[in-house]
Amino acid sequence: MTAAVEFQRVSRHFGPASAPVKAVDGVDLTIAEGSFFAMLGPSGSGKTTCLRLISGFEKPTGGTIRIFGQDVSDIPPNRRNVNTVFQDYALFPHMNVRDNVGYGLMVKGVDRRTREARAEEMLSLVKLDGYGDRKPAQLSGGQRQRVALARALVNEPKVLLLDEPLGALDLKLREAMQDELKTLQARLGITFVFVTHDQGEALSMADSLAVFNEGRIAQIGTPAEVYSRPRTRFVADFVGSSNVLPPEVTRAFGGPAKWSSLRPEMLRLTAPDGVALSGTVTGLRYLGAGSRVTVALNGTEVAAQLPAGQPVPEQGATVGLAFDPAALHVMEGEG
Amino acid sequence: MTTPAILPERGLADRLTALFWRHPRLLLAVLLTPPLLWLGVVYLGSLAALLLQSFYSIDEFSGMVKEEFTLKTYAELFRAQNLDIILRTLLMSAAVTLGCALIAFPIAYYAARFARGKWKAVFYLGVMLPLWSSYLVKVYAWKLILAKEGIITWAAEGVGLSMILNAILAIPGIGGNSLSTSPLGTFIVFVYVWLPYMILPMQASLERVPTSMLEASADLGASRAQTFRTVILPLAMPGVIAGSIFTFSLTMGDYIIPQIVGTSARFIGLAVYQLQGTAGNIPLAAAFAVVPIVIMLVYLTIAKRKGAFDAL
Ligand SMILES: Nc1ncnc2c1ncn2[C@@H]1O[C@H](COP(=O)(O)OP(=O)(O)O)[C@@H](O)[C@H]1O
Ligand SMILES: [Mg+2]
Repeated sequence: MTAAVEFQRVSRHFGPASAPVKAVDGVDLTIAEGSFFAMLGPSGSGKTTCLRLISGFEKPTGGTIRIFGQDVSDIPPNRRNVNTVFQDYALFPHMNVRDNVGYGLMVKGVDRRTREARAEEMLSLVKLDGYGDRKPAQLSGGQRQRVALARALVNEPKVLLLDEPLGALDLKLREAMQDELKTLQARLGITFVFVTHDQGEALSMADSLAVFNEGRIAQIGTPAEVYSRPRTRFVADFVGSSNVLPPEVTRAFGGPAKWSSLRPEMLRLTAPDGVALSGTVTGLRYLGAGSRVTVALNGTEVAAQLPAGQPVPEQGATVGLAFDPAALHVMEGEG
Repeated sequence: MTTPAILPERGLADRLTALFWRHPRLLLAVLLTPPLLWLGVVYLGSLAALLLQSFYSIDEFSGMVKEEFTLKTYAELFRAQNLDIILRTLLMSAAVTLGCALIAFPIAYYAARFARGKWKAVFYLGVMLPLWSSYLVKVYAWKLILAKEGIITWAAEGVGLSMILNAILAIPGIGGNSLSTSPLGTFIVFVYVWLPYMILPMQASLERVPTSMLEASADLGASRAQTFRTVILPLAMPGVIAGSIFTFSLTMGDYIIPQIVGTSARFIGLAVYQLQGTAGNIPLAAAFAVVPIVIMLVYLTIAKRKGAFDAL
């Protein structure tokens, strides 16, 4: 299978060479054709810059980018068959929805009748039939988002780039759109590159994902791999806020003297007597679908997630901790 | 220490705040009355008085204003010599507006898209600086620059372009004896004097076009020229129109520049000035003054029809 997008030691530094801002720094990555690829990372970690390198709005200061095998160093954005759903949607305010969606066809010289028909098709694909005559200002945030999606898809791009497309939507709408995007991607078979800072979104939608930290990729893999076997402390903490245990605590937990991670939902609370690990409850947080209990074990705080319906201990109570030893994951990425 | 749930009133300011909070309309009334009085009485009132005057006429024998409703004065506007003035003014205003727009656009575009920090300050200073010196000084300076013995003629001779200058001056309707006594000279001075009024609104509207909009256009396959035509220009249009309202109406109303630079052929402003002064024909002066208002209204209506304000 061809790689839709391939980065070889790609860097994008801003500012003076003496003190550069390394927005993207030596990134290697391969995005398989037809996959749903997520770029996950905190704000400022270089996700947007990566996307802009693919679309051509940024030029790499080092390395090579290939799109379907072709080196795109000298190809301007308008000649890359890659389209973007912008973070702020960037709909043209002076055009109605139909003309916005048909824009990509208009600049290619497609006649008005054909492009309006195609625009209507695209609008019905994103469930906005009948909205063609409205101006962007007359739409809700969710509807604008769909128009931006339809507009980007009208050109039948080989790769669709989405920069935090759901960031501005409320939770309910967001979840609905996550499902829709996923379905749409599967149906169209277009490679989606999806940027988000929401780990839940990345885990639930992606076929594979890259976790960004300070311009570098901290880990790349399937959601299950990244979630259950984080390579570094950063990944363990950022993806699913795992318990990150320093070497001495790992040893107390029965592992080698190395950094490790332990998912809160893998921990159970037991009676304090006769167990190796016991501590004091220092925090309680009700999460709806369960509760999170923080337990202090000789100076280290460990979070345990209890399913709903289980009895919750009181603040200050002494409890024991138990877990399946296989759940303790030693991070080889840490020294 | 305990604090009370309700804080005590601290004098007049708090009492007024409370009063306005209880009666929000009162505040609105207080705030709006002075500007509405200004707008209603001073501005619209004088406009109405002007309009009224234009429906009177002048008694041919006594030279006194006859305060009777008549359209006679307006009919006079259509006499060949007056129509000539109107047409000349209209053409000059249109040409000046177009000239200003063409020169202003690249400047405004650069300032909005690329100038940052210090360069932005330089831009504002550069655009505003000419506005700080006296208008008359600038016009007389231009008269010297454009004169037959002036720097332009001299420079043209120096680089051997006199032929071209003379060829331009030989064009009937535009040229003349020298630049300072030709319609072209009037045009140049008008463009210079009103240019800031075109640049600033244009720059403001271009500044409001987010970069992502231009990137979206390129992303969808548009070339730079296509992006310019289909995105930048329509979005800049409200600014262009705002600027053109200034340049158009300022040119139509000006009565000084055509007196100093040009052929001394009359423009509306000069006609109004002379009619109400030396000739004492207030009704005709008023009727002349109504012409630019009507032209502007027609212009704005057309602009609106053409969708110039769609991006607002
Ligand atoms: N045009 C630019 N000039 C200077 N620094 C930039 C520019 N674009 C991005 N950066 C910097 O690069 C880093 C990564 O930014 P970005 O890719 O937008 O991160 P993310 O999308 O993950 O939030 C940030 O520190 C940002 O300040
Ligand atoms: Mg970003």
